[in-house]
Amino acid sequence: MTSEKQNILRRIREALTLPASAPGHNHHGSNEPIAHWLPQVGPGFEVQADLFAHNSVQLKSTFHLLEDEAAAAAKLAEIARANAWQRVASHGTPSTRAMVSALNLPTLWTDTGYDVREMEQCDAGITECDALVAQTGSVLVTGRSAGGRALSVLPPHHVVLARRDQLVADLPAAFGLLQRTYAEKYPSFISFITGPSRTGDIERILVLGAHGPKALTILCW
Amino acid sequence: MASIFSKQFKSDSKRVAADLGHRSLIRNALTKYETSRDLHKAAFQDWQGARQAAAERKWEAINHLDKYLEEFASKLEARGTKVHWASTAAQARQIFLDILKEKGAHSIIKSKAMTAEEIHLNDALEKAGYSVVESDLGEYIVQLRNEPPYHIVFPAMHLTRGQISTLFTEKLGAAPTDNPEDLTMIARKVLRDKYITADVGITGANFAVAETGMVSITENEGNARLTAALPRTLITLLGIEKIVPNLSDLALFLPMLATAGAGQAITGYNSMYGGPRQPGETDGPEEYHVVLIDNGRTTLLADPEQRDALHCIRCGACLNVCPIYRNVGGHSYGTTYSGPIGSVITPHLRGLQDWKHLSQASSLCGACSEACPVKIDLHHHLLQNRRNAMALKPVWWEKLAFRAFGFLATSPALLNALIPLGRFAQKWFHWIVLGGPLDPARVWTETRDLPPIAPRTFNDIWREKSRTCGIQKHNAQ
Repeated sequence: MTSEKQNILRRIREALTLPASAPGHNHHGSNEPIAHWLPQVGPGFEVQADLFAHNSVQLKSTFHLLEDEAAAAAKLAEIARANAWQRVASHGTPSTRAMVSALNLPTLWTDTGYDVREMEQCDAGITECDALVAQTGSVLVTGRSAGGRALSVLPPHHVVLARRDQLVADLPAAFGLLQRTYAEKYPSFISFITGPSRTGDIERILVLGAHGPKALTILCW
Repeated sequence: MASIFSKQFKSDSKRVAADLGHRSLIRNALTKYETSRDLHKAAFQDWQGARQAAAERKWEAINHLDKYLEEFASKLEARGTKVHWASTAAQARQIFLDILKEKGAHSIIKSKAMTAEEIHLNDALEKAGYSVVESDLGEYIVQLRNEPPYHIVFPAMHLTRGQISTLFTEKLGAAPTDNPEDLTMIARKVLRDKYITADVGITGANFAVAETGMVSITENEGNARLTAALPRTLITLLGIEKIVPNLSDLALFLPMLATAGAGQAITGYNSMYGGPRQPGETDGPEEYHVVLIDNGRTTLLADPEQRDALHCIRCGACLNVCPIYRNVGGHSYGTTYSGPIGSVITPHLRGLQDWKHLSQASSLCGACSEACPVKIDLHHHLLQNRRNAMALKPVWWEKLAFRAFGFLATSPALLNALIPLGRFAQKWFHWIVLGGPLDPARVWTETRDLPPIAPRTFNDIWREKSRTCGIQKHNAQ
């Protein structure tokens, strides 16, 4: 095993003794920050929240911008009633404990481990997140911020709880945030979730809920 | 002698190119793709600048591959991942078999991995008695049909909903339906059960981040996320060229992959995995194995002229725009990687003489190079493959034909004398063999009209005009 590693590295080093010419004919790419090339995002919360809302419509996720935590809790309760949820899954943070407990539904808490079959029976997974990305309408989650790997993908409806100050402008800002938050010790799982699960594998026709959630709702206050 | 692969390619292409149903399916799928790709490309502040930046980052990674690979592996190992190295497909398969045996695995759930197609992993595992289920919807469909994927991004692009419904009825006992949503839900239900019972998950990878030791997986369905979340053991197979230097490079590559590959602003799920379940985490696999495979990549690396083909992020953009791919379809190539990038790299991975014909199947229009988000000079590489193949193994009759042509073209008197002869032969004798096996021009005449040689040559007309208008005199002054 180790010897195969050495063999591969040796072949690479031998191959690289011949230099390859640098790419492209116009060398204007090198030193600009990545944000310079990507789709533009305006400054300020209002503009970025508008962009996130616009992207959510395109992606068929649902974005609610709410007054405060109480309003978000009321919205969550409304969604639970409208979809006739029987049981939900979540992870324990101050906000989720308060808001999810208020639903008065049987709740699977993932914090100390859980049974997969039980989670599969839940109508919704309710999680927090690390950030919302205005540029793409993405929700950034990690195993630490969102209750593990499965909670945000296994139940048929994923509800994200986010605070206003978690909205970032673009992807480079989101990666910068990851670095600042976790550089010492990254979680084993990080994901940018953009819209509900989707497929176009049959005649390129969009179908939601291929394997993951059929619905993605973001409550931001 | 043409290789068996070349003969197969020619006969399959001929059949598929004339299949009108196939053409309309591909046109439908790719027209939708083109519309949304153009929309999202236009949203970039500077798409060309982004291409250049992406090409430079991949250039940096590939031209310091040893350094970045070691960094990638040591960062992963530091957090409990077992990193395996395989020079060949056989070694990689053996690594999988060893892990599965050690884990006492029974059922395996797999998310899309072109590298697994490359090493024929499913066949090997099934022969060893394991059941492997593909979880990506398109891959699942082609697996049920015992077919390889048709396209590296859209595996079932060549099938109609009717064909898929028939397949599900036959193989899964599902009720027939022509609704894509119902068909998707049938697969979702069957596969959900497989996820919950599978003890090993297998994934591919889109990027390998050296800086943080992470594997990045891009998908829309959530099947790779479930594969990486539920089974107790997870194995990721990836080519050594998947490296990018920094985590923040993904801010550029993820939207570019989505835009070029599927016409999306960004793909549904872009997930980064840096190890097995860590202390304090609630779920994830107990064991994480990463298998790095060479399988011919270092041969390509050793060719500095075509080294940039290793920059490829497997978006499939070059397939989508290629007039050859669009007419002959993905299966005719007979390779894991089809389209322009497949034609460029397959000769390096599997032998130049067996696969050189793919580099001939090109109009050299350059649409592929233009579409490539990391600026691989694809159409020039096709030319270089042709040149290399010819230099290593010249074809005597081609050389002879070109020498004869060269001789004629530089002997105007002989050429002028032969033209009336050709005209006569075409008029009185060609019809006897026209389009048949004895026709010397059969490659052309089989499917096309051959226009008659003009009654008067340019030379004739020139001579006549100069006599009547005095051009010759004017020119002489």
